Amino acid sequence: MSTLTVHKPLERAGAYALLIVFSFLMLAPLFWALLTALKPVGAVFSDPYGLSASTWSLSSFADVFKTTPFHLYMLNTAKITLFSVLGVVISSALAGYAFAKLKFPGRDLLFVVLLATLMIPRQVTLVPTFMLMKEFGLIDDHLSLILPGALSVFGVFLLKQFFLTVPADYEEAAKIDGCGVLRRFFLIVLPFAKGTLATLILLQVMAVWNDFLYPMVFLNSDNQRTLTLGLAILRGDLDTQWNRLMAAVIISNLPILAAFLVTQRFVIKGIATTGLKG
Amino acid sequence: MTLSSSQKEAFAGYMFLVPVFSGFLVFLAFPVVASFFVSLADWNMINDPGFVGIANYIDLFRDPFFWTCLGNTAYFSLFSVVIGLFVSLYLANLLHETRPRGAGFFKSTLFLPVILSSVAVALVWQWLLDSHMGMINHLLAGAGVPGVPWLTSPAMAMNSVILVAVWRQIGYNMVIFLAALANVPDELYEASSLDGASRNQTFWNVTWPMISPATFFIAVTSVINSFQVFDLTTILTNGGPANSTNTLIMMIYQNGFQFFKMGYASAIAYALFAIILVITAVQTIVSKKWVHS
Repeated sequence: MSTLTVHKPLERAGAYALLIVFSFLMLAPLFWALLTALKPVGAVFSDPYGLSASTWSLSSFADVFKTTPFHLYMLNTAKITLFSVLGVVISSALAGYAFAKLKFPGRDLLFVVLLATLMIPRQVTLVPTFMLMKEFGLIDDHLSLILPGALSVFGVFLLKQFFLTVPADYEEAAKIDGCGVLRRFFLIVLPFAKGTLATLILLQVMAVWNDFLYPMVFLNSDNQRTLTLGLAILRGDLDTQWNRLMAAVIISNLPILAAFLVTQRFVIKGIATTGLKG
Repeated sequence: MTLSSSQKEAFAGYMFLVPVFSGFLVFLAFPVVASFFVSLADWNMINDPGFVGIANYIDLFRDPFFWTCLGNTAYFSLFSVVIGLFVSLYLANLLHETRPRGAGFFKSTLFLPVILSSVAVALVWQWLLDSHMGMINHLLAGAGVPGVPWLTSPAMAMNSVILVAVWRQIGYNMVIFLAALANVPDELYEASSLDGASRNQTFWNVTWPMISPATFFIAVTSVINSFQVFDLTTILTNGGPANSTNTLIMMIYQNGFQFFKMGYASAIAYALFAIILVITAVQTIVSKKWVHS
């Protein structure tokens, strides 16, 4: 226990009260979304609080799938997320290892060039990337999101920093035994990086799953849409059906939410370290 | 021909970089350079591009709508970053000093909005803040307070967007601050307590300088992110009312993909890039004065 810890009961009570208030402020909007989704259609006005559990129904959730191909949106998002995250993990791990552990001419210069691009806002690349995708015939194709999404300069940086901390001794021993670079990378060094890889995966899944601008620019037919686009469509411009929309909001975030609830301690620790390293 | 082991290693090094650098060349280096050339052209993607020199930048400078969007974006950035930073630091410090039972629960709960998509967050808040049917005005009415036009008044709308942005980001900042707070050596606090320093004095003289690298990290990354605000303003208000929440990225999207003015859209993107570079440079220079290294 640190010297700093507050022991006075009154101060502690005040701190608890504040933490409870802030936790309430974080949870209340989400509970409200859930209550709205559970209300029967039409009850948004007649029962504003929707606290009477006897009237709850799942009809709004069913409505989401009846009025839009929401299962397709979900599959599309899952597919784009899976492949771009896979690409990021493979490309970042290979490059991170090369930058941290292998010696070759131009290594440090190449790393600096790569790192300098972290400063560039992604939107600077939007118009030319659109031109490229048009040229490749990939507009309205998920590859237009997967291919650029498979590169993460931040991921390279994160893994390089991690590989630098792996002691050289393990590899030296394997080298003497005549173990080549590929085997050393996959069998000796990579297993150490499980924690860092998991952090990178989580950050990347969140970024791709939640992306809005790029899918909006690159996809246009209904069957290709992602979840975030589907949500915007369901909202409509006039006369929003809030029960159905809140049900869609919940469905679209459920996979990420479930993953978070299972891995929360780990996620929070991972994010904390990326901040310190960055 | 046989390769020496150092040649083999160099070969492997280059091979390991192939995936990242092919992506880098096609989807980063080329677009960044091409974007600059497009910004010097008049181009609608149908006709051949015509070279117009810096005309797009001159138009931009004279375009009152650009200044409106820049002003909106800067206002959003300033308040969302400053409020987001201090609220999260306050909460992190509270958790750190109190070490409450259920600290894990509080941390996870405060972090929860970070994992949700910004589109989903914006929709939930649009529903809460709705002038007529929203729960917040409903509760205010119950307390006898007249309804607030959260998203429908030009004077109020951007403040509501800031509220939502802060709600979504404090958990992320808090987690980074918590890690920084945990790294402050306890000896410093012991010394400070022996000197009879008050809790407030200890915070400003020990804690604040010791966590300044984390504060700097959050300040820099939040400014960069906040200048790219798009999802929240698109969903919550679609730039309205009366353009009071139209941001720079929305202006890029509108010009590029609604009006097909690719040159103009690229010029805005480069202007945004320059603004971010200048702010980050200023932050870095100023940081020499206050960031502990």
